[in-house]
Amino acid sequence: MTAPDLRKDQRVDQIMAILLRSGVSLAASLVFIGGIVYLSRHDLPTINYRVFQGEPQELRTVGGILREAAKFHGRGLIQLGLLVLIATPVARVLFSVLAFVYEKDWTYVAITMIVLALLCYSLFGGGGL
Amino acid sequence: MNTLEFTLLVGMGSLLAGFLGSLTGLGGGVVIVPMLTLLFHVDIRYAIGAALVSVIATSSGAAAAYVKEGYSNVRVGMFLEIATTVGALVGAAVALHLHVSVIAIIFGFALIYSAFSSLRQKSAHRTAVAPDRIATWLRMDSSYPTANGMTQYHVRGVPLGFALMFGAGVLSGLLGIGSGAVKVLAMDQAMKLPFKVSTTTSNFMIGVTAAASAGIYLSRGYIDPGIAMPVMLGVLGGSLVGARILAGARVRTLRLVFAVVIGFLAVEMIYNGFAGKM
Repeated sequence: MTAPDLRKDQRVDQIMAILLRSGVSLAASLVFIGGIVYLSRHDLPTINYRVFQGEPQELRTVGGILREAAKFHGRGLIQLGLLVLIATPVARVLFSVLAFVYEKDWTYVAITMIVLALLCYSLFGGGGL
Repeated sequence: MNTLEFTLLVGMGSLLAGFLGSLTGLGGGVVIVPMLTLLFHVDIRYAIGAALVSVIATSSGAAAAYVKEGYSNVRVGMFLEIATTVGALVGAAVALHLHVSVIAIIFGFALIYSAFSSLRQKSAHRTAVAPDRIATWLRMDSSYPTANGMTQYHVRGVPLGFALMFGAGVLSGLLGIGSGAVKVLAMDQAMKLPFKVSTTTSNFMIGVTAAASAGIYLSRGYIDPGIAMPVMLGVLGGSLVGARILAGARVRTLRLVFAVVIGFLAVEMIYNGFAGKM
């Protein structure tokens, strides 16, 4: 069995680092902008997080969050940033699938696909658990 | 407290948590939940949602730096992520049905364990000398940079490591923490990876594990933008500053102080859990 090609691995690592960093930066910027909109538009009442109510439906689903963010609502924009943040590791796993396909490492293509499927299940269908 | 005051105070607390967490290696996530519940009287479900988000942010930020340096073992990480993501889904599903007091008590014990393990001397075990059948089949053996150039190492104990990782995933989904301490235990002790490889690979995995539970928390309405916003920005900012300073800092005393603080928080959470005050 040959050792994985080190130079190829390093290039993959570098792209992955850029991917992670851009995801986090984009998420932080969206959350920051959303935060400013949220704090400036809010009529600043006293809030009570002691009682758990759960978020309204439009801030729970991918579609709902996109619609709220498109209306430039503060809470919707923050939630969109958080969605980008959650999607960042998912994108990393997706990229790993491609990298393993490129290396023709089919065992790891399968392993990575399993992880990807679990993540997608959580993000799109996990509410029913 | 109005919204602006709440945002600023939580933001400053999170900044400090991220800073100390990154300096001591404990991660910012572990103190977020006690801070929000004990100090700001936030319901623990909102607190866990916000902590999860901050864990993804710091882990992805740090992983970006580590994968570049060539320490983390991507194959080991990816294979074990099957265990952690399944565990995280189970943990998040269980969390939806547990009473908040029970979650607070489990959280307290997990805090004590991470504080304790952060004080333990890093183990000086010898890496495995002989190749292992499963690890060879999964092509996990690799090399990492040391003072003497790239050093080869063998991986072993894959089934035990996998089982421990499932546990780490359950804790992560249940409590909204990265469970880095359990992940390092699995890779360092069970699979005999070099210490630096264990810690960086663990960091690499934490983001994926947390994302698996965060999806469920989000669709259940446990992630509140008003709380998550100052927590995520604060922890991320604090950890970036901490990582800059870390290079030359002497952190032994700081780690001890932080561990003692976490110990106190843990006891208070356990007490509140039993007293039904969560």
